[in-house]
Amino acid sequence: MATPISACPACDAAPLAEAQAGKGYHGNGMEAQRIMLSLPQIYCAACIAGVERGLAAQPGVRDARVNLTLKRATVDVDPGVEAQSLADYLTGIGFEAYELDPGQLTSTATDKQGKDLLMRLGVAGFAMMNVMLLSVAVWSGATDATRDLFHWISAAIAIPTIGFSSQVFFRSAWSALRVGRLNMDVPISLAIILALGMSIYETMHSGEHAYFDAALSLTFFLLAGRYLDYRTRAVARSAAEELAALEVPRAARVVDGQADEQVAVSDLSPGDVVRVVPGARVPVDGIVLTGESELDRSLLTGESLPVAAAPETIVSAGEVNLTGPLTVRVTAAGRDSSLHRMADLVAIAETARNRYTSLADKAAAVYAPVVHLLALAAFLFWLWYSGDWRMAMNIAVATLIITCPCALGLAVPAVTTAASGRLFKQGMLLKSATAMERLAEVDHVVFDKTGTLTEGKPALGDLSRHKPRDLEIALALAEGSSHPLAQSLVQAVRAAGVQPADVTQVHEVPGKGIEGKWQGKIVRLGRAEWLGANAVGQTATYLAVSGAKPVAFTFTDALRPGVEAAITALKSKGMGITLISGDVPAAVADIAGRVGIEDWKADTLPEDKAEYVARLGKAGKKVLMVGDGLNDTAALAAAHVSISPASALEAARVVSDIVLLGKSMEPLADAIDLSKSATRRIKENFAIAAGYNAIAIPIALIGLATPLAAALAMSTSSVTVSLNALRLRKG
Amino acid sequence: MNVLVYLIPVSLLLGGLGLAAFFWTLKSEQYEDPEGDSHRILSDRWDDAPPKD
Repeated sequence: MATPISACPACDAAPLAEAQAGKGYHGNGMEAQRIMLSLPQIYCAACIAGVERGLAAQPGVRDARVNLTLKRATVDVDPGVEAQSLADYLTGIGFEAYELDPGQLTSTATDKQGKDLLMRLGVAGFAMMNVMLLSVAVWSGATDATRDLFHWISAAIAIPTIGFSSQVFFRSAWSALRVGRLNMDVPISLAIILALGMSIYETMHSGEHAYFDAALSLTFFLLAGRYLDYRTRAVARSAAEELAALEVPRAARVVDGQADEQVAVSDLSPGDVVRVVPGARVPVDGIVLTGESELDRSLLTGESLPVAAAPETIVSAGEVNLTGPLTVRVTAAGRDSSLHRMADLVAIAETARNRYTSLADKAAAVYAPVVHLLALAAFLFWLWYSGDWRMAMNIAVATLIITCPCALGLAVPAVTTAASGRLFKQGMLLKSATAMERLAEVDHVVFDKTGTLTEGKPALGDLSRHKPRDLEIALALAEGSSHPLAQSLVQAVRAAGVQPADVTQVHEVPGKGIEGKWQGKIVRLGRAEWLGANAVGQTATYLAVSGAKPVAFTFTDALRPGVEAAITALKSKGMGITLISGDVPAAVADIAGRVGIEDWKADTLPEDKAEYVARLGKAGKKVLMVGDGLNDTAALAAAHVSISPASALEAARVVSDIVLLGKSMEPLADAIDLSKSATRRIKENFAIAAGYNAIAIPIALIGLATPLAAALAMSTSSVTVSLNALRLRKG
Repeated sequence: MNVLVYLIPVSLLLGGLGLAAFFWTLKSEQYEDPEGDSHRILSDRWDDAPPKD
């Protein structure tokens, strides 16, 4: 076997595993378990082979299959094989891998609805082509018995096809009619049923015109639009689900006299005791029993300074434990936790947004009654004028078919598919169908600070203010800790080329800091209270060499890349920009100054944020809210349209319309431009459809429309609309 | 015109074959991973059938 020239360096590791694969392993007789892994970086043929061979060579793995479209691997394993160990193994051989929670992914695994639509589309396409062939023969001059035969064959194909493929429209139309509304599917269904009924009647009486081909192509084109629409949403949904599935909700429950057991958070009940290791997120609301540590509350409150935690401290779900291990007694879990309070706020705000009417609905509201009235008027007029009900009915049906919203049905999904595809390439995931239209209307942007404008990670300030000796000692101490401030300090000081001082007996004091011995003196790096230093009003850690005055190392929150560019671009569009944060005024003012936002608010509660956004909305502003924290969720839901970064808490991502997949904030301004041009294309498409109708309706009304004219009008308008939508993919 | 007696059933049969083939591709999950399939053809490893449920 020739060694393939690999496009990805990581794949060179694959042959190692290959030798053992191939043999195949078919399990040990027990029920297989399915594990899902996310593989965000794979992109090539060699990567697929590398991952599959690598996994197959692992003990207990029965089958592994990579899906490159979803960048995901499905692995069937023996019971007891840990997903985490497989992910670690893959990361080890060079393919970044994360465990996914299969429970969150079930709806994409069985993509029944998509298959169902595709099946109906395929049947409609087959029937349309065959009937069209027969119809062409009729149009080019078949008469008498031949024409009747062709019509009968067409009927034999069309009737079952309509019965199967058009069910989608019939059902939707029926559910709208039942509650007394008109949607786009009502005229569609009426046109299809009338066209079919009329054609059967004409065929039975050897009539000249039958509309079987029109009924079928109508079904086909509209189903194509429906499928495009579905695809766009399915892609967005599966990506959104994957984000949710990345947070496997598990907690370590402490059992008396035994090792901790890993349980799902939903299985915890008040009174349980859970262990929270440093670096982990607190899974529940509770009270600290043992341990001392610091907690990062930024996702809940926007505060950038960590707070101390000791026994009796009350903790909330979503906080991150920084230094020491804690055991926490659960007071509220899952639906009862503080997350739930936020959910109530969100529910109130969301009802406001559901009132938004999309362009397609607006068009349907005008279109459906007009078409029905026109067809009815045509029927009545011709009945009165000629007294021939068959002719009047023929003209009414022709009117319904010719005006039928083929182009309208494609006008919106074709544009949304093209635009959301382009947004996805830029790293923005459109979650809601109408988000694009709402984004196009935005005239005021509200940003959250921590985690949105900033990375939520501290970066050490100016190094030159410190003595080299201090830096060396601080570096030596900080290397002994996994606290984010210490890690950040190590990174910055190392990057400046400083070597650590010779500090011995380095050990961490949970919740306080790090201690060691340097030249016989005790040296400490940690919290101000521990060292007796005067706290500065900024995120900082302090270094004390015994006998000397403690020095402060101050940290600033690093800006998210692309923030300045995005804000400059938004300003040049004349949009109002507000920064609103739960952090202290000094920190907020600093960031506002750095990115050039004049209007800022600090010390805000979640309710204040939501109320501020709602007030702007009442004043007629269309607000775009960008935020990531739990304290932003209500504001995100209250805004006209909302965006959250992928690093946001799940609760925040769920309520936002758009998720920013990459780190950079830069695509923001582009996205607004793109959504504006997409909305313009949708309106153009409506105009094109209306233009065709303006020509076709009079022809139909005076009784000159033939099935050929109907077929031509329908196809040309559908194709024009689709091509117009495709223009969006470029430029 | 008698030729129609053969040609119409033949055209329907061929179209029906195409439709049956489409159903088969749909049933055997061949639209699950279009991007991966376009890369798998480059792989020199024997490609096994997708996992059966």
